[in-house]
Amino acid sequence: MTTMMPITTARYRRGEMHAFQAADSTFMYLVSAGAVFALDDAATNVLARLDEREMPHTELVSALVEGGYAEADAEELIRELRLVQGIVSDRVGRAPAPTAPPADFPLQALVLNITNQCNLACTYCYEFGADKIATPAGKPKYMTIETAKISVDFLLEQSKERKAVHITFFGGETLMNFKLLKEVVLYARGAAAAKGKTIGFSLTTNATLLTDEIIAFLSDNEIGVTVSMDGPPELQDKHRVYKNGKGSYAVIEPRLRKLIANHKTRAITARVTLTEGVTDVVRIYRHLKDEIGFHEVGFAPVTSAEKRAYSLDEGGMDSVLAQFHELADEWLDYALRGQMHGFTNVSETIGELLQGVNKSHPCGAGLGLLGVGPSGDLSPCHRFTDADTHTLGHISTGIDQDKREDFLSRGHVEAKYDCQSCWARPLCAGGCHHEAFVRYGDTGHANLHYCDWIREWTDTCLKIYGALSALNPEFLERFAERKALS
Amino acid sequence: MKHLRPVNRKAQRIEASITAAQASSDQPSTEEDIVALQQAPRPHVPMGCTLSFSPGWEVDAGGGTAGLCQPVERDIYDCYVTCFWPVQVPDHVNYSPDWASNCAVATKDWRNLDLVFP
Repeated sequence: MTTMMPITTARYRRGEMHAFQAADSTFMYLVSAGAVFALDDAATNVLARLDEREMPHTELVSALVEGGYAEADAEELIRELRLVQGIVSDRVGRAPAPTAPPADFPLQALVLNITNQCNLACTYCYEFGADKIATPAGKPKYMTIETAKISVDFLLEQSKERKAVHITFFGGETLMNFKLLKEVVLYARGAAAAKGKTIGFSLTTNATLLTDEIIAFLSDNEIGVTVSMDGPPELQDKHRVYKNGKGSYAVIEPRLRKLIANHKTRAITARVTLTEGVTDVVRIYRHLKDEIGFHEVGFAPVTSAEKRAYSLDEGGMDSVLAQFHELADEWLDYALRGQMHGFTNVSETIGELLQGVNKSHPCGAGLGLLGVGPSGDLSPCHRFTDADTHTLGHISTGIDQDKREDFLSRGHVEAKYDCQSCWARPLCAGGCHHEAFVRYGDTGHANLHYCDWIREWTDTCLKIYGALSALNPEFLERFAERKALS
Repeated sequence: MKHLRPVNRKAQRIEASITAAQASSDQPSTEEDIVALQQAPRPHVPMGCTLSFSPGWEVDAGGGTAGLCQPVERDIYDCYVTCFWPVQVPDHVNYSPDWASNCAVATKDWRNLDLVFP
């Protein structure tokens, strides 16, 4: 009988992780799982030793014994670290990663582009600007109620066993088709109730068309509102302009105050696009949160090809990140006092870190989420609406499974070579499909232009998470139910 | 766990699964343990080896015949005679020295080639 003998002695090395310090403790963020563990001194000691070089089991045990640990304790420590894969042996290979995306993933949300028309002409717009991929020529400008109703039925049908589904209204300027929105909400409530499901709604708007009637409807129907807005007048009016070039701040300011005063059932969020010259993150945050009264404010750099006039350059990004850190520190101070801070960029990441998400894809596009254009064309998300290159079927005929599989296979993090050595990939997964397409011409390309930024930001959020887990763990529980707002 | 404190949901699930696994089995030594065929370097298995014991049913590890290390027409007999590798074919060197002794002329006596029970 042949016995299989080890050919060499197993040597240990650190598992794939990002170690960080917070509140005088050491933590490890394990990349294979998205798990966060706090380490005691002994475990920290082992990782420090293995950081210098790989060590065989016996040598590691003796080193720990020399350092004052009992042998049984040393064995137990190594065992714990091995079981969570904080340390790995060179003799055990990586478990095979899942490959094909699930073909029958139940739908959770639809984004209805109820119109592709807009009353503003923001210079950086991804739908109408220099980098647009939409091909709306010859297609309907407004969604019809028939298309909308079929979409609602489609969502309820395709959500399979899910109990809760969501519809986001989007544009163009969403409120240019408010009449339809109203009808859809009423219809969808009835249809969902008939199937025993709950349904939630939200919309994104530029706020120029808000009226008392609309605000009352949104509040009565618990519709979440995200306002695209760039800050105080001189920043808002830099890019967010009417077709004649006139700024929109003066028009929206009184409407926003009414919205925030009278819409009491859902959080009102501002979503800021950072561009060349619009990088005063702290000032923008103070204005929108303290002076206007938004509950939350989130920031994202503009999506653009590399050298548009409004693109953020490296200097701009550095300044943005420095200010993000200032707000992040403030977020932690609030959290330690048990108070919610309104800086969305931290809150979102904390919610994901609490769960320990480990994403196969950067977002739900093409999985639990689809976009529907005014014509009824399906797309991975609202950013691909009306783009013939990216349709994933039609609302009347259903999802084109081949196209969907192609989209999901490209976008899978395992298909992105550059991501394989990055510790931030469980959260990032290569970044926005649409941004990748605009930058690199391929939805499956990793968004390499912001890797350093993502890693630095993830590290910051991990430190906040670690500090809270030590000093105010109950506060973290508030993020257990948080859903992505974008 | 004594030295590691799980601080998010995923870490708690890992700890729970480890605790459950330990509760249901004795703890063997962690030194030199081997997990299935996951260790490296992997044992060398020729791509051509058949997965089946029955003659006339030779497929490679991928389920086809392209990867067989002998041409499919000569298949199992060449494995028997020439190959030392102890896999799932009758093996002249190790296990079944007499497998072909009743088969003087393959075209006439091939029915005498039997299954092998290791």
